[in-house]
Amino acid sequence: MKATVLGAAGYVGGELLRLALGHPGLEVVQATSRRHAGRPVGLVHPHLRHHAGLLFTEPDVLEPVDVLFSALPRGELARVHDQITSVARTVVDLGPDFRDPEGPGGAAYVTGLPELYRGALAGATRISVPGCMATAAAVAIRPLVAAGLTQDDVVVDARTGSSGAGGEPSRATHHPERQHAMRIYKATGHRHEREIARLCGVRARMTVTAVPLVRGVQVVAHLRPPRPVSRTEVWSAFRDAYADEPFVRLVAHRSGLHRLPDPQFLYGGNFVDLGFDVDDDGRRVVVVAALDNLVKGAAGGAVQSLNVAQGLEEQTGLDFPGLHPV
Amino acid sequence: MTVCPECRGAVSVPDDVMAAEIVVCGECSSELEVVAVTPTVLALAPEVEEDWGE
Repeated sequence: MKATVLGAAGYVGGELLRLALGHPGLEVVQATSRRHAGRPVGLVHPHLRHHAGLLFTEPDVLEPVDVLFSALPRGELARVHDQITSVARTVVDLGPDFRDPEGPGGAAYVTGLPELYRGALAGATRISVPGCMATAAAVAIRPLVAAGLTQDDVVVDARTGSSGAGGEPSRATHHPERQHAMRIYKATGHRHEREIARLCGVRARMTVTAVPLVRGVQVVAHLRPPRPVSRTEVWSAFRDAYADEPFVRLVAHRSGLHRLPDPQFLYGGNFVDLGFDVDDDGRRVVVVAALDNLVKGAAGGAVQSLNVAQGLEEQTGLDFPGLHPV
Repeated sequence: MTVCPECRGAVSVPDDVMAAEIVVCGECSSELEVVAVTPTVLALAPEVEEDWGE
């Protein structure tokens, strides 16, 4: 399949290029960037410098392709949507423009989260990948909601690295401000709350902290079950939901150093690690999910969703397992 | 097959397993202590506590 990456100079665009260039079913024909048009991709994404012949192109002249990945900022894809859909059979959006099915144009898009929407993704030609923190939270929470193991709102404590803020610098991402930060930048009312509620069917009360990482999201969700529950019940709920999922790993060890999910082991990979613990009295379940925000939380989720939509092996092009130590 | 006391997954235990041996559940990775044989009974091995709250 011929593929274009729109907004290819950003961090998500770079990850899309890395994954697409290694995908046996994709041929990257365009990587667009208005600022860097004419320059080799490797000048912006140094880990891709061995693809010496691939140059950024202007986004105004697009070749017909089988699939177009959009890593454009908020509002940009919606602005050029008619032009895009005239040249691309399948559109995979990694931005927020079409995530809300009740928003403008959103009804045409299928949520790009195979763990929850695999059936709807089969054959889909419009795919909208959820936000990285919403992905982690939804994977963590929804099986327990489905199993009736929460009775009211879920408290979601999310920690995120700096790459989630994108490739454009700001005062908040400036190194002296960010290096040692444990900055709670949104204590209440984060926009992903609505997305999590839509994906999970329960209200999420979310707090987000910027931590001194480049990649990585870790979400800690606190659920209050309607009755005391055991660890075994929670294991069953997650096993029922994810036993056959190729990219969900259950990590809830009772011993050892790394008992619960930690994003450091997920860098570059498409896994989401999921773990939990239960208070001694069974009245609180703490669920932990971790992922690489640029991969499972963006580019990897997009490629995985495309694989499902096209009937390809779901893991195609996504077999990198991560690193240890980092 | 013996059932894991942590996750209810199936644990494969060798026929010649001995009491006090440690086996690992293939599903949840819990370390399990063999507390009885014939029939085999497994229990969660003691946890190593970690507390950095001082």
